Amino acid sequence: MNANERRIAVLAGNPNSGKTTLFNALTGLRQKVGNYAGVTVERKTGVFETNGAEWSLIDLPGAYSLTARSPEETIARKALRGEMEDLPKPNLAIIVVDASNLDRNLYLATQILNMGVPSVIALNMMDQAETAGAQIDADILAAQLGAPVVPMIATRGEGVEELKAAAENGASEPPMRPWRLDDESEAALSYVSLALGRVHKEASDAELDSEAVRLVAGGDSESTPPSDEAAEAVAEARNTLSQNGHTPETFEAQARHRWIRSVTAKAVGRSENALLSRSDRIDSVLTHRVFGPLILLAAALLAFQAIFSWASIPMDWIDAGVSALGGWVGGWMPEGALSGLIVDGVIAGVGSVVIFLPQILFLFFFIGLLEDTGYMARAAFMMDRFMRGMGLHGNAFIPLLSSFACAIPGIMATRTISEPKDRLATILVAPLMACSARLPVYVLIIAAFIPGGAWAQSLSLTGLYLLGVLAAMAMAFLFKKTLLRGEAAPLILELPPYRLPNWRTLFFRLWDRSGEFIKRAGGMILAATIVLWFMASYPKLPADVEAAYETRLAAAETEAAEQQIENERAEAAISNSFAARLGRWTEPALRPLGFDWRIGVGVIASFAAREVFVGAMGTLYGVGEADDDTKSLQERLEGAVWESGDKKGENIYTLPTAVALLLFYVFALQCVSTVAVMRRETNSWRWPAFAWVYMFILAYGFAWAGRVAVAAFI
Amino acid sequence: MKTVHPLSELKPGEGGVIARIEGSVLRLRLMERGLLPGERVQTLKRAPLGDPIELALDGFRLSIRKQEAERIFVVREEESK
Ligand SMILES: Nc1nc2c(ncn2[C@@H]2O[C@H](COP(=O)(O)OP(=O)(O)OP(=O)(O)O)[C@@H](O)[C@H]2O)c(=O)[nH]1
Repeated sequence: MNANERRIAVLAGNPNSGKTTLFNALTGLRQKVGNYAGVTVERKTGVFETNGAEWSLIDLPGAYSLTARSPEETIARKALRGEMEDLPKPNLAIIVVDASNLDRNLYLATQILNMGVPSVIALNMMDQAETAGAQIDADILAAQLGAPVVPMIATRGEGVEELKAAAENGASEPPMRPWRLDDESEAALSYVSLALGRVHKEASDAELDSEAVRLVAGGDSESTPPSDEAAEAVAEARNTLSQNGHTPETFEAQARHRWIRSVTAKAVGRSENALLSRSDRIDSVLTHRVFGPLILLAAALLAFQAIFSWASIPMDWIDAGVSALGGWVGGWMPEGALSGLIVDGVIAGVGSVVIFLPQILFLFFFIGLLEDTGYMARAAFMMDRFMRGMGLHGNAFIPLLSSFACAIPGIMATRTISEPKDRLATILVAPLMACSARLPVYVLIIAAFIPGGAWAQSLSLTGLYLLGVLAAMAMAFLFKKTLLRGEAAPLILELPPYRLPNWRTLFFRLWDRSGEFIKRAGGMILAATIVLWFMASYPKLPADVEAAYETRLAAAETEAAEQQIENERAEAAISNSFAARLGRWTEPALRPLGFDWRIGVGVIASFAAREVFVGAMGTLYGVGEADDDTKSLQERLEGAVWESGDKKGENIYTLPTAVALLLFYVFALQCVSTVAVMRRETNSWRWPAFAWVYMFILAYGFAWAGRVAVAAFI
Repeated sequence: MKTVHPLSELKPGEGGVIARIEGSVLRLRLMERGLLPGERVQTLKRAPLGDPIELALDGFRLSIRKQEAERIFVVREEESK
């Protein structure tokens, strides 16, 4: 074998069999994440070396069979057959098998073997198998299956070297389908193979046979026979099978399982399954009718506590670090356009990307913990009934819950949803959940304008959160009924045995997710921040106006007076900027909501991130950017009056306007980062654009209706 | 004569042997996941909100909704003996 030749291996296996763990053990951090061409299924590629060769390793989506009804299964099958665009036919399949649940896992494994793909079986989770009371003889298993079997414990790296050696030795072509039906049915199947062979001239016998079995089982859009002759043979075979007492749709499942039974009967000695009995005992508490939901609630509260209060500590550091860096660079560079671009554009922009990391890390730490221990499936089990009200499955619960902290990790977490339409519906409504960035805006406006003391104010805050949840539920329901309608997929949810989390796996997951966020969404967030900075700082004030401020500054006696003048200058500068022009230009459109151009600018600036609103309003009202100083901002807002129009001189911030503003923030998708992540996760601009538009319509509609209603009421 | 019951009628803790599954897509899906005619199945519990239900099969635990369980027919344990 030529040493510098690159060979291709794919990694296949059931969900939760340890594929990702093995992938990481083989490739380390040398991996790339992308998508399979044209679909939103994630594709990871990595590299590993054996003594004689270098390998590209491609992670196939987890699947239970290759019968191709879900996108994952179709991709796995096509990749194995070499039918995927930009993915040559693999030289080797590494099939990960969960040894503690061998019978079920061998279904997919033997389907792959019987396709004639040279394969090595990674018999993973040997430690779990022992607890589960299964003594597996790997040699007998290998002999029965006709492929090398390498026992391993991927989390501890045990067996990885042996697996590489087995890959290096090269697997011989595995045997053809070992299970057989009666003679008549077999003859009918071989006619189908023959007919297929006339179309696919290079295909091997095993490939033709496995395709014949799949087409006869048939029943979906992916299984149209390639020629009239084949179609006839398939119809004939379905008849023959039925006459011989088989059900065409399920003969494979029955016969294959029966055969697998006979294999494991020889290769596996069984004793009491302590793994499951232990897991059932834990479940008697964790999914208990009363304690279960309480524990879930407590876990969620703990996670939010962590995200809100603990994540805010590193976020403050990042914030402080970014301003310090900006100050240092600004002090060192000559003042001017370039320094403005670097300090307020680039550095602030990078800061606004990095600031999300603590939340993403905390949230994915928790989600990873939930997934790896097996609790995630229990949460889905308990919440399924509730989520069904929105037309979703229980597995959409955690992503939506996460969106309370931030829609970005929430949307990234939807990857655990296997139904594509459910996943899309979840992504589309996730930004309606009140994320932590809305909180400062809510607090500012409520504190200033909602009368009735602390009780009324905290009730309003709760109401805004509830409104977001209700809207998300209603919209999910609506989308599932209209745009994303489809056959309701049955829920088949595996409840894996509880496991201790593995820190290595967790670390890789965090690394993966944060790296991806920075790479995929970072560029866009940065670009948007720079654009917004430009709009807020250009054009500059005319030279004579600047000069007047300089003179006044020079004459100022106290520091307070200086600050006052600086604030006035900032106010004048932003009022003259493109952002303000855009704000004034959009004012007629926003007037029905009671918003003046300043709110318009605040709303536009909020597209970088919602919390920017508070700072922007601070600048616009000349109280400086100090957002701790919301008291003085509140006072300015309360005193603000219309500058023109029929209401000239009247207060802008009346109760109806405040309500409208709050409602607007509940619904509007004002967050470039979310848009960027949506585009990444759906692999198109269509869905983020759609989400933006529908949320804007909701925002405008509710703000207007809220204003009218409140105005009528008071 | 053995009578078959929908799986959804079994009380938590009761078991049986699967006789047949209705609905072709559902049947294939479940069979690929190891829920086949001839297999022993036990209902372990219901979720706190009453649905879905948790099933114990040989070597693993699976959860399905009541509406799917209505289409799986089993011979009750004591009757199958
Ligand atoms: N005890 C034990 N746990 C393992 C082993 N291999 C993986 N795990 C754990 O099993 C869980 C699932 O592993 P993953 O690598 O995420 O499995 P996967 O097949 O990629 O699963 P999906 O991402 O759901 O497709 C993780 O919690 C791992 O830490 C093993 O050999 N022994």
